[in-house]
Amino acid sequence: MLSYTVRRLGYMIVNLTLISIVCFYIINLPPGSFIETYSTQLDAAGSPASQAQLDYLTARYGLDQPLYVQYWNWIVPLVTQGDFGYSFEWQQPVWTLLADRLWLTIIFSIVSMVFVYAVSIPVALYSATHQYSFGDYSVNLLGVIGLAVPNFLLALLLLVGSAKFFGVTPTGLYSPQYMNAPWSWDKFVDLLIHLPVPVVVVGLAGTAATIRILRSQLLDEFQKQYVITARAKGVPERRLLMKYPFRVALNPIISTAGHLLPEIVSGSTIVAIVLGLPTIGPLLLRSIIAQDTYVAASSLMMLGVLTVVGVVMSDILLTILDPRVRMNRTN
Amino acid sequence: MSTSVIQPTDSIESTTAPLLEIKNLRVVLPILEGDLVAADGVNIQIKPGKTLGLVGESGCGKTMTAQSILQIAPKIAKTSGQILLHYADRPPTDIVALGKNDPELLRIRGGECAMIFQEPMTSFSPVHTIGNQLIEAILLHRTSDKKEAREIAIAMLDKVGIPAPAETLKKYPHHLSGGMRQRAMIAMALSSRPRLLIADEPTTALDVTVQAQVLRLMRDLQRDLGMAILYISHDLGVIARMADEVAVMYMGSIVEHAPVRELFRSVKHPYTKGLMGSAPRIGKKSGEPLATIMGNVPIPINKPTACGFFPRCPVGIAGICDQVVPPLVEVAPGHKSACFRYPQVLAAAGLESGTTNE
Amino acid sequence: MTSITIDSESSAPQGGRVLSRSQIFWSKFYRHKLAVVSLGFILFLYAIVLIAEFVAPYDPFQRHTDHLLAPPTAITFFDADGDFHLRPFVHALKNELNRETFQREYMVDTSVRYKISLFVEGEPYNLFGFIPMDTHFFGVEGDGKIFLAGTDTLGRDLFSRMLFGARTSLFVGLFGLAIGFGLGLFFGGISGYFGGAVDNFVQRLTEFLQSLPTLPLWMALAALVPPHWTPIQVYFGISTILAVVGWTTLARVVRGKLLSLREEDYVMAAKVSGVSEAKIITNHLLPGFMSYLIVHLTLAVPQMILGEVALSFLGLGLRPPAVSLGTLLIDSQNIQTLVFSPWLLVPGGLIIIIVIAFSFLGDGLRDAADPYRS
Repeated sequence: MLSYTVRRLGYMIVNLTLISIVCFYIINLPPGSFIETYSTQLDAAGSPASQAQLDYLTARYGLDQPLYVQYWNWIVPLVTQGDFGYSFEWQQPVWTLLADRLWLTIIFSIVSMVFVYAVSIPVALYSATHQYSFGDYSVNLLGVIGLAVPNFLLALLLLVGSAKFFGVTPTGLYSPQYMNAPWSWDKFVDLLIHLPVPVVVVGLAGTAATIRILRSQLLDEFQKQYVITARAKGVPERRLLMKYPFRVALNPIISTAGHLLPEIVSGSTIVAIVLGLPTIGPLLLRSIIAQDTYVAASSLMMLGVLTVVGVVMSDILLTILDPRVRMNRTN
Repeated sequence: MSTSVIQPTDSIESTTAPLLEIKNLRVVLPILEGDLVAADGVNIQIKPGKTLGLVGESGCGKTMTAQSILQIAPKIAKTSGQILLHYADRPPTDIVALGKNDPELLRIRGGECAMIFQEPMTSFSPVHTIGNQLIEAILLHRTSDKKEAREIAIAMLDKVGIPAPAETLKKYPHHLSGGMRQRAMIAMALSSRPRLLIADEPTTALDVTVQAQVLRLMRDLQRDLGMAILYISHDLGVIARMADEVAVMYMGSIVEHAPVRELFRSVKHPYTKGLMGSAPRIGKKSGEPLATIMGNVPIPINKPTACGFFPRCPVGIAGICDQVVPPLVEVAPGHKSACFRYPQVLAAAGLESGTTNE
Repeated sequence: MTSITIDSESSAPQGGRVLSRSQIFWSKFYRHKLAVVSLGFILFLYAIVLIAEFVAPYDPFQRHTDHLLAPPTAITFFDADGDFHLRPFVHALKNELNRETFQREYMVDTSVRYKISLFVEGEPYNLFGFIPMDTHFFGVEGDGKIFLAGTDTLGRDLFSRMLFGARTSLFVGLFGLAIGFGLGLFFGGISGYFGGAVDNFVQRLTEFLQSLPTLPLWMALAALVPPHWTPIQVYFGISTILAVVGWTTLARVVRGKLLSLREEDYVMAAKVSGVSEAKIITNHLLPGFMSYLIVHLTLAVPQMILGEVALSFLGLGLRPPAVSLGTLLIDSQNIQTLVFSPWLLVPGGLIIIIVIAFSFLGDGLRDAADPYRS
């Protein structure tokens, strides 16, 4: 168990390194040095960059050096000092831009995951035990629609609907008075009040997918010999369901967390843009369009780190819960 | 199909009242191609403390018949007929008529009748310990005291010959070998002291030496605990060792039924004869090819009214066997057969001159 | 019943009729009514968008400057006096600026009627790019206008634009899928075939890619498409980006299936019976494999379409003047416009229907291809 955890964490570090390399190369792929881009931008804005500024950047990132040296110059301060680089557009360190948004993204993703499981598990249980009933068909139909409606479209519909009927557009995660206020209990409560709408929008597709997987998993498990054995020994149906197939089917569900989390982070990116949530998504889009490369790379990297760490955690959890997986993995 | 021709004069039949009586059981599975008839008017009696062997090829309906006794056949199966469980002190229960959440059914399942299955590898839940699953059965039927249940569990595991029973309780199924798992399965089935044990090919998936051990174990346990066994197998050798009486099943019907010695001494159905001829035996002249039964078991979809064995039968009578279903009747003392080669069968079907009764 | 047949495949006297593999497949598929309808719809849609120039009443770039943000035109059989007309017609549309809200307001002028006709003459175009024609499938006579889905901010007919947009999006889906399929087949193939270190490497790579959030990655890669590229180049660029991220699932399916099929008892049985390698592949492996692939491909198309839509919506995918279902939705980013002109979301409805149709089709194919489900 311990050795597995250590090994898994080892893979994680490899993956994180890969992510940083991928992000770094994406920065460097567009032709031309971004220092040039930067100085043209400043020129266009009417405030030409000082030679000192440009020299600092060149020295800081070693732009005259080979790529792997540049990578090294970028990653070392990042890891050792949390220095993510500098935003050209905002004229401040990337980390100051990113920190708050990162926490909100994490909170938002976790709440969305909880929502997905809280809804999909009971619904799938009902659907599987009432196969071919009216309720089952309705759940299936809703599931198909949930999977087919792109979440940003759902967000748009929601905005239009509420603008039309209530005269307000529910954007953002805070009321205006808390926007720039320091963290307090009231601000936290305010956040909780604003969470449900975007969480439902982001979680819908994941919920539909999870219901589908869990339902078919349960139906498969119902056919298994060990369920028949348990029934043959006189276990009442309801208890049988909860103790055996549900317990076994939960494992693939936990392992789907590895797919669900990237999906939620992915979905929340675009929904956050539409609904104006102060998470990483809008920052990423803006920085990509403005070619604010360090912000873009750092945002992309943090999203990747978030999902990779989440997937590792779900993997370790699965190993704790399933004795078969435990045996396969620890041997 | 007038098959209830049980002669009350017969010696074996009358001495003891049956424990379980299956009357005219019919199990139909509606599938894509049509109705698959898994059991077609099965009549069997199981006597207390005795073993009835149910033999037949794969797909002949043995398992469906057995599963019907506990109402654990697949959901789509449509069951009709009667399965009567008799008691010494109260009227019998018809299991077919019980609802799926009837407390009486839950009491019978695992309590009155327990079952062990063919696949010891998949019969236990992979994510619960042996102890968890074994103690659950005991708590359902024997005692509500957890400590006592644990002690019974340890005693049962010891009885079926599992070394270090207390440690085994904490193990997961994948820690045990196939033979050990089947022993644990038997311990679980017998922990509630059932009156009937249904064993559905319990040794098929085990290798031969383990098979012999498990068979011996079941016989010893039967002697100690006195339960009746319905032993299902396709292996006549195993049946010969285990059974007191044998019922031979073909395409959902019982085609021959006799005490085990009587059956092996004088076979009275061409299908049984074919089965015996195709079993390898030590002592057979080497080089002599094994006999086979011509053709395959037809798939019993939209079954016609005829003898199911007719297309493969070496002695079939065209015009009779392919027109009428032969009833199962006594053709020798205590020996029933469903083959028109015996005048009693013809008579029972109302053919030939001897149309006396039924 | 004179002869005795023992072959259970033929009409045995026992009455047991056994269906062949493809018979079972199609009879199972036909039972899935929604899948059949979806298949019909998808084929119909692809046919329609191929001849979009003919079906669309207007050129997708033609601006009807008197009809900016006009609502969908109502088709009716009854005139202002309540009289029935066999030929459906539309009324004229007048607009005026509301002085209070500064919104353009449209009013139906019921006094003017324009009949709807089939095969009308209109703007000239080249069908399939080379057949010069000027006949459109339908239109209205005279000065009348017909906007089935309303017009956009520049007064372009949304219905016509949707047909052209659907063409782009449907084929971006297919094209991206083809690239992704190639990549998936290649990586899955070498992974399943060579095993060992190669397999391990490909496995880690797919795991790595799958653990990343797709959309941000797409966004970052889309930024690499140079702004000076032509729409055609952007089109292929975006398809490639979608495929580069999306091939992993297919690779896993291919690899898993290859590995498990190689180990199947029936393949081993064929081998020891002396069946040739080629025959094993064509008769045993491919049938088991193709149905799987087709199911996965079907289910992957909507993912590609949704990817293009999301990217274009964000302004990172196809860029106007290119028309796709995603670029059509860019207009709807402005909530104020959207509140007054909700028909701008109609392309979104088409997207939903397309995705639903593909997933029903995939479900139907999967159920039909699964030999263990009845």
